[in-house]
Amino acid sequence: MSLAKRIIPCLDVDNGRVVKGVQFVDIRDAGDPVEVARRYDKEGADEITFLDITASSDDRETIVHVVEQVAEQVFIPLTVGGGIRTVDDVRRMLNAGADKVAINTAAVFNPEFVKEASERVGSQCIVVAIDAKKVSAEGEPDRWEIFTHGGRKPTGLDAIDWARKMADYGAGEILLTSMDRDGTRIGFDLALTRAISEAVPVPVIASGGVGNLDHLADGVTEGKADAVLAASIFHFAEYTVQQAKEHMASRNIEVRL
Amino acid sequence: MPEIAVVDYGMGNLRSVAKALEHVAPGHNIIITSDADAIDNADRVVFPGQGAARDCMQELSDRKLSNVVLKAAREKPFLGICMGMQVLLSHSEENNGVNCLDLYPGEVRFFGANLKDDKGDKLKIPHMGWNGVHHKKSHPLWHDIVEGSRFYFVHSYYIDPEDQAIVEATTDYGFEFVSAIGRDNVFAVQFHPEKSAQDGLQLLKNFSKWNGQ
Repeated sequence: MSLAKRIIPCLDVDNGRVVKGVQFVDIRDAGDPVEVARRYDKEGADEITFLDITASSDDRETIVHVVEQVAEQVFIPLTVGGGIRTVDDVRRMLNAGADKVAINTAAVFNPEFVKEASERVGSQCIVVAIDAKKVSAEGEPDRWEIFTHGGRKPTGLDAIDWARKMADYGAGEILLTSMDRDGTRIGFDLALTRAISEAVPVPVIASGGVGNLDHLADGVTEGKADAVLAASIFHFAEYTVQQAKEHMASRNIEVRL
Repeated sequence: MPEIAVVDYGMGNLRSVAKALEHVAPGHNIIITSDADAIDNADRVVFPGQGAARDCMQELSDRKLSNVVLKAAREKPFLGICMGMQVLLSHSEENNGVNCLDLYPGEVRFFGANLKDDKGDKLKIPHMGWNGVHHKKSHPLWHDIVEGSRFYFVHSYYIDPEDQAIVEATTDYGFEFVSAIGRDNVFAVQFHPEKSAQDGLQLLKNFSKWNGQ
């Protein structure tokens, strides 16, 4: 037996409510993050990630209460991302019961923040989220760049260099999202996933583009990801986490069943 | 009401440990404390921790908790978790070398930058995720936990105790490392039972009922 590849359902939370429509038959209130998290835990999720997309910073306190409530009932690792800009933000999430905090835009604008945060709370708590987009033209060698603002603003940073730098600065894990694939349901950008996974010493979570269970398995076998993250295929109850794991196991991937 | 003290020395989030204990041991009073008397008076002690070895030892020293932790480890049911297990050994390689509590002779070592699996693929550090825990002998803390069950790990260093008789479990990551140790009233694990779903909760429940023998 060796280390299992992880399956991580991701919940987008806006003002304390799960968005993108979760439709479980036996959940009374499908917008309640606590109920949804409990359901994923029951199905065998290896971790759960919350992405706070609340627009107003005044309402950011809401996610803290969500994490507190989930952490009282769900005993698997919890990651929280979205709007994390200071070491105080990191501490607040960890104190609420999060095990890891995902830092995205703030790392791009201030890489030293990643160093400071990992020195203060330990690398194991710091996930750096990378949003990458392919910028090489047809026929050129593959090249990806870091984008911010939901994939709208280029930064000029090469994705592979950036991932290496973030691992050097103390990221304990990389959450890699292909902005070309996000929401498309045609599968991960496997070349990107593999390039990043082979470039960094820390675990890589593949994200963006999952539309079926083979996509999850491909992320591991071809993308060399250590974990796979998906939102919509689990939200709409197309597949349960358990089914995803059984499928991965059928493709000879070690999972926790 | 019997009391379980979770030792607070500023290293990591203790809320998860306390919440998990509350969940499985409703008949116990769970306290998170850095008060030496409170630790000394508790019926059971949980010694968690995450972060770097140097910071852990520094915090234990600043808060004058080393002696009371060692005393608890001699006297009552005691559960070390993650860094709370590692610092029970003599010395850690982390941070260019740190002397630890020396309850068990041995060294805490880095996994190494060139760790490979049996297919020759490079293994990531930290060792993060769910891996199998193989029991080396029976112990009350394994009650109702199937041999080989997966627990959640996150660490870059592993323990290498001199006395193999204290090894309670091992796990494979590039090689077989020691993932649980025990002697008399002490049990200590590298993984995080508070984050290991049902099996982790079962281990904590077993601890809450264990008389230390």
